[in-house]
This record gives sequence, C-alpha cells and structure tokens, in this order.
Amino acid sequence: MLGFLGPNGAGKSTTMKMITGFLSPDAGTVRVGGIDIGEHPVAVKRRIGYLPEGAPLYPDMTPAAFLAFVGAIRGLRDDELQRRMRDTVAKVNLESVLEQPIETLSKGFKRRVGIAQSILHDPEVLVLDEPTDGLDPNQKHEVRTLIQEMAEDKAIVLSTHILEEVDAVCSRAIIVAAGKIVSDGSPAELEAMSPHHNAVTMVVRDVPTAQIRQRIDAVPGISASEYVEQNGRVQCTIFPRDGASIIAEVGAVARQQDWTVEELHVHRGRLDAVFRAITNPGEKRGGER
Amino acid sequence: MKNAWIIARRELSGYFSTPIAYVFIVIFLFLIGIFTFYLGSFFDRGQADLVTFFSFHPWVYLALIPALTMRLWAEERKAGTIELLLTLPVSMFEAVIGKFLATWLFTAVTLAFTFPMWLTVNFLGQPDNGVVVASYLGSLLMAGAFIAIGACVSALTKNQVIAFVITVVVCLLFLLSGFPLVLDFFSGWAPQVLVEAISGLSFLTHFDGLAKGVIDLRDIIFFVSFIVFWLFANAILIEARKAG
Repeated sequence: MLGFLGPNGAGKSTTMKMITGFLSPDAGTVRVGGIDIGEHPVAVKRRIGYLPEGAPLYPDMTPAAFLAFVGAIRGLRDDELQRRMRDTVAKVNLESVLEQPIETLSKGFKRRVGIAQSILHDPEVLVLDEPTDGLDPNQKHEVRTLIQEMAEDKAIVLSTHILEEVDAVCSRAIIVAAGKIVSDGSPAELEAMSPHHNAVTMVVRDVPTAQIRQRIDAVPGISASEYVEQNGRVQCTIFPRDGASIIAEVGAVARQQDWTVEELHVHRGRLDAVFRAITNPGEKRGGER
Repeated sequence: MKNAWIIARRELSGYFSTPIAYVFIVIFLFLIGIFTFYLGSFFDRGQADLVTFFSFHPWVYLALIPALTMRLWAEERKAGTIELLLTLPVSMFEAVIGKFLATWLFTAVTLAFTFPMWLTVNFLGQPDNGVVVASYLGSLLMAGAFIAIGACVSALTKNQVIAFVITVVVCLLFLLSGFPLVLDFFSGWAPQVLVEAISGLSFLTHFDGLAKGVIDLRDIIFFVSFIVFWLFANAILIEARKAG
C-alpha cells in the first residue's frame, strides 16, 4: 500500500486524476499494470477502482441504484452483479441505507458508498483520494480498517495529508511538494529522518541539572541534550548521533549513578516533523516539536 | 454502445426521480394546448389538421428544452461526479451519446403525450395522417437539434443558469437564422454565399418542410448532421475542459 502525502495543492489529486485517466498528462505517460493509459484508456480504467476526492456521488440515486449503475458500466451482469453487490454492501456495511436517496445519508455512509463503488468490480488497483477526509475519528478508523483488510490482495494508492494514516496503513510513503517527489520510502525510514528518531526522554528526581548534564554528555554517541527543570524533577531529552539507539547507554548511566528515574522512553521520530521539514524547508527546526 | 444505453437509463431515472419530468410534461402540454387553442384559433380555422399545433413546437422547445439540458453536464461538473463518470470504463462518446439519448427519449415521451390532439382531429374530421406523422418526425428531429445544442452548452459551465440562458440564445439564433433579424446582421458585409449558408441553417425552414408533410431527405440529413456536429463539439469540449 502506497501512501501519497503532501501539503494541499502539492499535486496529489492531479496525479491521481492522471493515474485514473481523468486528466491526460502534458508530458510523459501513465502505466497501470503495464498498460499505457494514453493508448488503452478503457482497459486501464477497467482495472482501477477510484474514489475521487470528496467522494462525489449522484445525490438523487439510492445506493442500490447507484451501485447497480456502476456495476453495469463495469460490465457486471445479472448473477455476477447481484453477488458482487451483496459482497460489497456487506463489506462496507451499507445494508441499512440501500434504499435511501444518497443525499439524505450521513457523511460516513456517503463515503462508504463511494468506497463500495470503487471496489465493486474487485479491481487489482485501488486509488483512493483522501478517503478519510472530513470524517469523524470513529468513521476514520472504520475506513482505515476497511482499507487495511483490502490491502492483502490489491495494490492500493492512497492520498492523504494526515500523517497518522500513513503510519497506520501504508507500507510505502511518497511525499510530494509543489508537484515534485521530495521523499520516497517506508514510513519507518521517514521517521528515521526525524531528529527525534531514537531520542530518549528521561525524567529524574532530586538530582541537580548540572550533574545530570555532566554524566549524560559523557555518554558516547550523543549529539545534544536538552533539560527542563520543574518541581525538583529534571526532564532531559537526549538526541543520538546518526539516529543510533542510545537508550541502553543512558539507562546504564542512570543505574550506575543510582538516580531515581520516573520516566524513560524512546522517541520513534515524528512523521509530521519530517513532513514539515521536507515540504517546507524554509521553516526553522526549532518548530519541530 | 451498451454503455451509452446504461448511461441514458441512469439519466432518465434521474429525470423521473426528481419533479423535473412531471413538471416538464405538464407545462409542455399546457403551453402547447394554450398556444394551439387560443393563439392558433384551432377551432375557428375549421380545418382538421394539426398545422397550428405543430407551428408552436419550435417556440415551446425554445423555452423548455434548455431547462432539460442545462443540468446534463453542468450538474456533473458541480457535484464532481464527472470525475466518477469519466473514470469508469466508458468512452467519451458513449457518455455524450448516453446523455443526449436520455433527453431525446424523454422529449419523445412528452411528445407522445400530445396524442389527444391527434385523436381530436381524427374525431372531428379526416386529417391527412401522413402529414401528421411527418410533422411528429420533424418535431422530434428538431427537438434533437435543440437538445444537442443544450448538451454542448451545458458542458461549458458549472452553472446551470448560465447554461440555460446561453442555450436559449443559441437556439433562438438557429431558429431565426432564415429571418431578416439574423440575416440583416450578415448581409451588409458577408459574401452572399455565407448569408445563404446561414439562412440554410434555419430550424424553421427545415421544420416547415416536414410539417407540411414533405419528408425531404435533405431536411432529415440537415437535422441529423446538425445533431452529430453538436455532440461531437460536446465531446471535444468535455475533453478539453475536464480540469475546469
């Protein structure tokens, strides 16, 4: 599953419109499953399921009529159409609203109709443009779970500007900004680019800051450390050099000095910090917390 | 072409799932009735024919058909469903033809509801039913030309009101292109050939022939090729303005 990230206006949706054959690229070509969309647009469209941004639907149709229409255009007939509709409706939990006009449905249901439409023909490739945008946290979770279930047997391209989503569901993340790819890697690799990756936060009680600083700075592999003192507790954040793991060393120092450690944890690195650093290089690193 | 039919069916159900269809049919019959009986003095003429009835068709179409066609593409653009439709495995022409066909079929149904007029003249006298059939054919062809213009204009904009107004104006131009109102505008400076060509595009001239019962192949070819031309332009416009 590929996560397609970028600030608003970066070209995510435009790229997806080109992949799905809605727009034609000014230069270059798009190949889906080895087929050139410029040469065989209908063949490519057949293999793709697409959820456009905002999940547009025909408001005066019912989900049942709408899915039957999409299924018919997708070449599903009679029994096959009935079977696929039943499966899809069950998968996205639409049974209760099948005969209500789409315009009367809640946002969550509308989005599910949109997703149902895109998976009705069991496509090899699924392109979802901001599938969770505008949903409440419960609905987001539902949609994400649904997408995760489908990831087993489909190639999924998902655009979003919500970073937790990439973390939660994607195996690869591409970040675009101003129409260019600025980063391409797994979410873990992206996290590793964060200065907070493998940083350690430790809270120590009843020890002067200067003493802690002295001991910590002596630990090999440390690039920097920050201290905040409050109510007799010192919170220190220790940054490793080159993203190496340093928690063992820091822990050893604390034991050796017999400090009272109230809290000790490792940061995985923050995607949003990386995202901001990459897509907005002008911004100062001080703002990355 | 199967896809065009599927799209046409969806459009048709769209007309009937909203009040559009019923309002349109009722208003159409009402207007055509008023015009025929009051303005056309249907009874006073004392002739068992439908000449007055058909002579008002162009004007009723002018007012009502743009209302049918204005939503065809403008609504899809506005709702964003155009993206959905055109990323389904359909060709552009299937989509264009499907939408046109839906509206044309709907107009044909409406036209069929005028059958009491035909019954009436048959009850009152012995009309030439061949002329009536030719007139219905002409009327339907002319409606197709109106619809093709309307569909194409609707592809230009997201705004249905703009689509309606422009369609009315364009249709009016083609209705009157055989009349001095339009021709005078050109005759001052344009070469005679062009002026004649323009006057040859008049709907009224071509419809009159058919309404007199003369099924001239040239009139039929005119309307059919006119429809094809505008549908072609429609497809090109959609293709060119997808992003907008």
